[in-house]
Amino acid sequence: MPRADAGDPAEMALAAPSTLRRAGLRALGDRAFAVALTGLGLWVLVIAGVIVTVCYRLARPAFAKLGVLPFLAGSDWNPVEDSYGALPFLYGTLVTSAVAILVALPVAIGLALFLVEMAPAWVRKLVSFLVELLAAIPSVVYGLWGLFVLVPWLRETVEPALGRWLGFLPLFRGPPIGVGYLAAGLILALMILPTITAVSVEVLRTAPATQREGALALGATRWEAIRMASLPYARRGIVGATILGLGRALGETMAVTMLLGNQPEIHASLFAAGYSLPAVIANEFAEATGDIHIGALAALALVLCGTTFALNAAARLLIRVPAERRTPARASA
Amino acid sequence: MSERSKLEVRHLTAWFGKTAAIKDVSLSVPAHTVLAIIGPSGCGKSTFIRCLNRMHELTAGTRVEGSVLIEGEDLYARGVDPVFIRRRVGMVFQRPNVFPTMSIRENVLAGLRLNGVRGDHASILEDTLRRTALWDEVKDRLDESAVRLSGGQQQRLCIARAIAVEPEVLLMDEPASALDPIATARIEELIGELKQGYTIVIVTHNMQQAVRISDDTAFFYLGELVEHGPTKQIFTTPRVPRTEDYVTGKFG
Repeated sequence: MPRADAGDPAEMALAAPSTLRRAGLRALGDRAFAVALTGLGLWVLVIAGVIVTVCYRLARPAFAKLGVLPFLAGSDWNPVEDSYGALPFLYGTLVTSAVAILVALPVAIGLALFLVEMAPAWVRKLVSFLVELLAAIPSVVYGLWGLFVLVPWLRETVEPALGRWLGFLPLFRGPPIGVGYLAAGLILALMILPTITAVSVEVLRTAPATQREGALALGATRWEAIRMASLPYARRGIVGATILGLGRALGETMAVTMLLGNQPEIHASLFAAGYSLPAVIANEFAEATGDIHIGALAALALVLCGTTFALNAAARLLIRVPAERRTPARASA
Repeated sequence: MSERSKLEVRHLTAWFGKTAAIKDVSLSVPAHTVLAIIGPSGCGKSTFIRCLNRMHELTAGTRVEGSVLIEGEDLYARGVDPVFIRRRVGMVFQRPNVFPTMSIRENVLAGLRLNGVRGDHASILEDTLRRTALWDEVKDRLDESAVRLSGGQQQRLCIARAIAVEPEVLLMDEPASALDPIATARIEELIGELKQGYTIVIVTHNMQQAVRISDDTAFFYLGELVEHGPTKQIFTTPRVPRTEDYVTGKFG
């Protein structure tokens, strides 16, 4: 119930007869506000729905001619002969994103733990600022840096070494050409590092000190206290941060198209060139003629949306398990 | 100092930056007794007991001078690892801080796991929970999350967690201040029983509680130890006027 404004008693006495009506008006305002907010919230759904609908309508000719399953499972991409398959692009997107997460996640968590648990305040501020600066670099600049610095280094140093020591794995076989899944994945790792780090720092900072002290008082070392108290508490948040990073990695277009080699092929080796869903859409859409080619690209856009959605849902399922353990304590003994 | 003293504090001074929160405190605690630390808010009670397991130094900018001896061994001697100290000196905090992602069983055994203690975990679990009067309440749901317990049960679980590793000294920082009277009574009863096995130092702002549970009482004021003696004497015939003013409620 809204309360009449407190104030001078005489004024309150005068105001008394209209208090009820004023309360009614304020309740109306409250309701209008709620309706407005709900409307804004619904817009998000409307926009997402419109995007998917438009892509689907564009994609229909391709689905009609090629069939949905053959398109999804096909690995040939030849606009000249109107033969289209989504697999090489899906594969390229998933492999580069997987490399990105595998490389970025341990670094980001380590960095976040260092910043929260060990670094003095000035180091934390400085490093946090620098890490957030990484997020502000445009992706085309990442792409350029990748081409001029990362690719030559991979070609001349890293890939030959990996091939020599880990060449028994199919992942690290083949000629070291520099551009390819590894180069694109590493650039993506660099690009999503700030997101995962920043969010992880925030959730780790909210981990209650009492839990940490509880672990330390039992004779835990610093690392054991982090493992017993801080990390379990921050787990959900870190998974959330990873989803955010993964979302960016899956959708990243420019840096990946500059470094992946743009060959619609599937290779087990990370050294090989590939192609990704966003990259092929960006590269071919302007020149695409004919309903089938445009349709195939729109269908790839749907595949990309579906992939992002599926991975998001999977990650959410992953973090739902401990939710049952979060029941609040009942009052008193 | 009596030979039987388990814990001996000598000229302890604890700093937060340039402020001394504890000033030149010396006292000793005989084995199997309960020492109550009383005093108004901000008098350094908590800081004092956090020096007894080297938790004080975890806060940035803090420093400790003097020595704390357990059976003659100085906790602050060069080369002593605070991690090992904390395995010998257990601590229970003001608010129950069970590990929320762990089950009741895992909470009790957390310290044993940490210290790599082998042996019959099942019987240690039962024994510890019996000693903290929790066994009958939780024996059918040992694998449920510990946060499903009530506040009082959680605090007894924290005590169980602390004593499962068999520390020599048990520190308690206002362990009942967040609990209702019934839960408080159970904790106090428990302290009386735990005295058989451990030496206990307890901070309390509740003077009746100090009278009920402790053998000796130390009164702190502005970081200084004003008076230390048998609880009965402190509360009936204090030697220092300020102690009398505090225990009779003239200030707080």
